[in-house]
Amino acid sequence: MNINHIKSLIFIALLLPLLWLGYGAWSGTLGANPIEAITRTLGDWALRFLLLTLTVTPLRRVSGWGWPMRLRRMLGLYAFFYALLHLGSYIVLDQFFYWPEIGSDIIKRPFITIGMASFLMLIPLAVTSTDRWMHRLGRNWRRLHKLVYPIAIGAVTHYLMLAKVLTLEPLLYAVILVVLLLARLKPRQKSPIT
Amino acid sequence: MLIKRPDDIKPSEITAEGIYRQRRHFLGTAAATTALLATGGLLLPQREVVAATDLRPLGSLTKSPFSTTEKPNSVEEITRYNNFYEFGTGKEDPAKYAHTLNTEPWSVTIAGEVEKPGRYTLEDILQPHPLEERIYRLRCVEAWSMVIPWVGFPLADLIKRFTPTSRARYVEFVTLHDPEQMPGQRRPTLDWPYVEGLRIDEAMHPLTILAVGLYGKELPKQNGAPLRLVVPWKYGFKSIKSIVAIRFTEQMPVSTWSRSNPREYGFYSNVNPEVRHPRWSQQRERRIGEFRKRETLPFNGYAEQVAHLYSGMDLKKNF
Repeated sequence: MNINHIKSLIFIALLLPLLWLGYGAWSGTLGANPIEAITRTLGDWALRFLLLTLTVTPLRRVSGWGWPMRLRRMLGLYAFFYALLHLGSYIVLDQFFYWPEIGSDIIKRPFITIGMASFLMLIPLAVTSTDRWMHRLGRNWRRLHKLVYPIAIGAVTHYLMLAKVLTLEPLLYAVILVVLLLARLKPRQKSPIT
Repeated sequence: MLIKRPDDIKPSEITAEGIYRQRRHFLGTAAATTALLATGGLLLPQREVVAATDLRPLGSLTKSPFSTTEKPNSVEEITRYNNFYEFGTGKEDPAKYAHTLNTEPWSVTIAGEVEKPGRYTLEDILQPHPLEERIYRLRCVEAWSMVIPWVGFPLADLIKRFTPTSRARYVEFVTLHDPEQMPGQRRPTLDWPYVEGLRIDEAMHPLTILAVGLYGKELPKQNGAPLRLVVPWKYGFKSIKSIVAIRFTEQMPVSTWSRSNPREYGFYSNVNPEVRHPRWSQQRERRIGEFRKRETLPFNGYAEQVAHLYSGMDLKKNF
């Protein structure tokens, strides 16, 4: 299996959560509050893929492998895809386009404000993910894509603030994010022994 | 016999390398997809079979004029979507884990400003009270709601039996605290044990009941067996479950949620669409089983019966 096979496999694997939800909705097995289950699950996966995207660089640095780099764009785009569906589920299924409440949610409910801000920042990253944009933006592309850090922090905060009490899962993501961010602080290369 | 062999394979019959590679790629992908889907199938969401519970039927029940005529939610909805953090913070955790709760024997301590304090067996507590069916709306602070056919009796009847003293201005309720039976209590999610409270006139209100059952049978453990409070005009968390102590006090009790987050949860916690919660607009709610949200009513639709309890009070301050 070469990298393209792996990519195809992963491309399909990353669709599984969506298929799972679709099947659950169709068969009525998402529990008493399927809308909440759908919104939450989509959010979970958006965050997971976002954190996976952030794992690529440290993994490459630690392992020396080149191939994870070739998955990064796909992972990032999937994070965007699930975030988009997560937001869509909130607007369509949960609120059913009831804009007054959506508007006041965004303004008055800090966890939604933060979630929304993170999503908005994801848009330019998704748009400029193509090779053409990479070339067009040159050095600025890397600068722009540093937005992924505030996005990830925002996404984890969004989850942490959502719960009425501190629960294990968002804390776990917070710890993972901190580790991934700290991993970037390490010097790129050990200075050669002289 | 002459076997004619073609001189050569015609160029047109040779598959171009690109296409050939694409085919292999396609086949590989297809195979992989099938494998993944097959594996995924094992993990698909499945409707867990609701255990054919051996919940005892509660016999003949009086109907109540306080019951709503709205259609009750299904047993499955009522027993599989619960907030009972003593068994975990997930909505389905109580249904999964509450089986470790041991409700027999059970006793309730009556204490504080009361003439007949003591520790009573559940049988003693329940014995004199005829049971009624009370179909009430339940509004969770998380902006969802249900209609539940409770079985119980007015709390007022119980309070009168134990004759509170003139100093009793509030009633405090306490849930069982036993991490062995309640695995959620092994974590400091909340300041255990769970405590709730009512003003004495709220406790004496005819709508306030102690419930021992639902749908004509004894309470499932995840719904707060064997004895729980139901105060239909307040957010669901006020209706404390699995009660082991009822204390009459002069001072306003500090409820667990207001201790945990005084800014978000007040003592009264009446359903009020005008007082918004930092996490949820309380203007609307989703009735479980419905798609579109509906307007939330003041006092959860019980304003006619209970609004007078709060006349003259600023309900935005006393939320």
